[in-house]
Amino acid sequence: MLEIKNLHASVEGKEILKGIDLTVNIGEVHAIMGPNGSGKSTLANILAGKPEYSVTEGEVMYEGKDLLAMKPEIRAREGVFLAFQYPVELPGVNNTTFLRTALNESRKYHSQPEVGAGAFLSLLKKKMHLVEMPDTLLSRSVNEGFSGGEKKRNEILQMAVLEPRLAILDETDSGLDIDALRIVANGVNKLKSRDNATIVVTHYQRLLNYIVPDYVHVLYDGRIVKSGGKDLALELEERGYEWVKQEEIAK
Amino acid sequence: MDTSQIKNWYLDLFKDFEKHLNGEKSSPVHKVRRNAIETFADLDFPNLHQEDWRFTDISPILKHTFSRARREGSRLPAADQLSPFLFGGMPEHRIVFVDGFYSPELSSVLELPKGTVVGSLANALKQENDTAVENISRSLNPGASAFTALNTAFAQDGAFIHLPKNAVVEQPVHILFLVTSKDNLIVQPRNLVITGANSRVNIVEHYASLTDTVYFTNTITEYIVGENSNIDVANIQSEHESAYHVASTVATLAAGANFVSHGVLLGASIYRHDVNVILTGEGGSTNLEGLYLTRGEQLSDTHTMIDHAAPRCTSQEHFKGILDGKSRGVFNGKILVRKGAQQTNSYQENRNIILSNEAKVDTKPQLEIFADDVKCSHGATVGQLSEESLFYLRARGIGVEQARLMLIYAFANDVLKGIKEDEVRSELAGILSSRFLENVS
Repeated sequence: MLEIKNLHASVEGKEILKGIDLTVNIGEVHAIMGPNGSGKSTLANILAGKPEYSVTEGEVMYEGKDLLAMKPEIRAREGVFLAFQYPVELPGVNNTTFLRTALNESRKYHSQPEVGAGAFLSLLKKKMHLVEMPDTLLSRSVNEGFSGGEKKRNEILQMAVLEPRLAILDETDSGLDIDALRIVANGVNKLKSRDNATIVVTHYQRLLNYIVPDYVHVLYDGRIVKSGGKDLALELEERGYEWVKQEEIAK
Repeated sequence: MDTSQIKNWYLDLFKDFEKHLNGEKSSPVHKVRRNAIETFADLDFPNLHQEDWRFTDISPILKHTFSRARREGSRLPAADQLSPFLFGGMPEHRIVFVDGFYSPELSSVLELPKGTVVGSLANALKQENDTAVENISRSLNPGASAFTALNTAFAQDGAFIHLPKNAVVEQPVHILFLVTSKDNLIVQPRNLVITGANSRVNIVEHYASLTDTVYFTNTITEYIVGENSNIDVANIQSEHESAYHVASTVATLAAGANFVSHGVLLGASIYRHDVNVILTGEGGSTNLEGLYLTRGEQLSDTHTMIDHAAPRCTSQEHFKGILDGKSRGVFNGKILVRKGAQQTNSYQENRNIILSNEAKVDTKPQLEIFADDVKCSHGATVGQLSEESLFYLRARGIGVEQARLMLIYAFANDVLKGIKEDEVRSELAGILSSRFLENVS
């Protein structure tokens, strides 16, 4: 589904990614872990098409197509979804209208009929159960005045509505208390299927107690320096990132 | 033509105007006019060297010799030409002015509370309505600017609204000014709105045109807001983009009175609006909101002045601009808190979004506070659409054009949402969408 080959990227002239190789197959969950500044969020944002990052080398194929050639909105309509580490507040943009516009833009792209306001609302109600989201947040402006936990839940609600093929969760656990973490993780787990894939970007192992990965990759200084199964996350938790750093230096 | 020649042009216009007045020359209002033309003769037109006009070059207006609108010269639009200006035919008291003159054919007033007058100033003056005669120009200094003097000198017609005490007018009063003439006219509406104690009225003050020739609207509205009464105005300026529009609004509030204004300012090549609110009685409150949209080479200038002359009054100002092309925006917000005006609460905000590289905005708060127990705050911002916000929308599959529109609309909407009439609000929302969709396609 996703094939990243020798990806190099920089922001403001500084090279952040220094040759990433990663293959994600349909139905899989991959965790990308690493210390702060290792390039995890950069990778997530590049996959979503954030303009200020420039890819200097390498390629990313998504379902056989050149992902990097697509505009961010086209990637989204093709089924790539980034759950933001810091969801943006959009004062004056109604949350429900926003979600419906997003869904219909994607449906139009796929030559499907648009969903009317009434039908959308009933769809939305169902999806909201997934993330235990109160109705009151729907009539508000997108993320405006939301607590940290509410913002992250709103991200997962968007994911539930848009039903992406490839979901990338960027530090979705950051700033969440244990209850919010459980709710968000439950939402993600319910959305997981054999027809989609998930990349979980995280600093801490704790999220992976809830969302169990098939593969764990350790990103350090812009490269994946270690890959393994879910046990690798536990080992990292126990030994810390210093262990990986020392190993790298030893090489 | 230089400015002294253009001044003579208007002085000659006044002579011509007087010649056609016949018996009206002996009326009390004509004394007001004569005083005003004398004031005008002594004044210079504003120029860039004056502090209050330093960002607003009105010299293009002075390059034209506009002719005086005449009642007999105006062509009545057909009913279907009027419909685009009627907000889907919402129930309203409608008073229509064509080239500045009241049109009974196009106007229709619904049932009103006893003693309430909604009609034309010309009729009120002709009928020697005491309230009209006594109050016209009472709250306003004709020497405020040459434009104010000029309007006062030619004051003849416009809306006259008078609510006796306790009157509540349920439906909005829609005052529609349409310019239809192909001549290059100067149109000078003069409106007078007076509310008695505890009364209430919502007004839509609406300027539009059915012509694409260059014309000049020089308008004044006086609001005399009685004790504990409420006036809510939607001020819609959608003149033709080649027109000039200079406006002055003066609201004088008695104790406990409330004056609210929502401006949506879209048209005219040069637009200048002076809004003066004078809080003369304890516990008065005013809320001024405005949204100015400019493109091309438009210039839009709003000058507000809130005079806190009594204790425990509240004023709020919330102005927003969206500027495109090579256009220019000006916002100047003056707040004066006089010595005795203790426990004043005043808030002012001006936020601008610039959509192009060449548009520009000058924003300036001006606070003069002479009381010690007051709460005053202000803020101004000028910026672009947020890249972060745009990316967030695009990352959800929303195309860049639509994302821009959504953000512009969201920015504008908090001014629109204050407008009381649903039909007016949705019409303006539609104008906004089509303007920015057109802009991106």
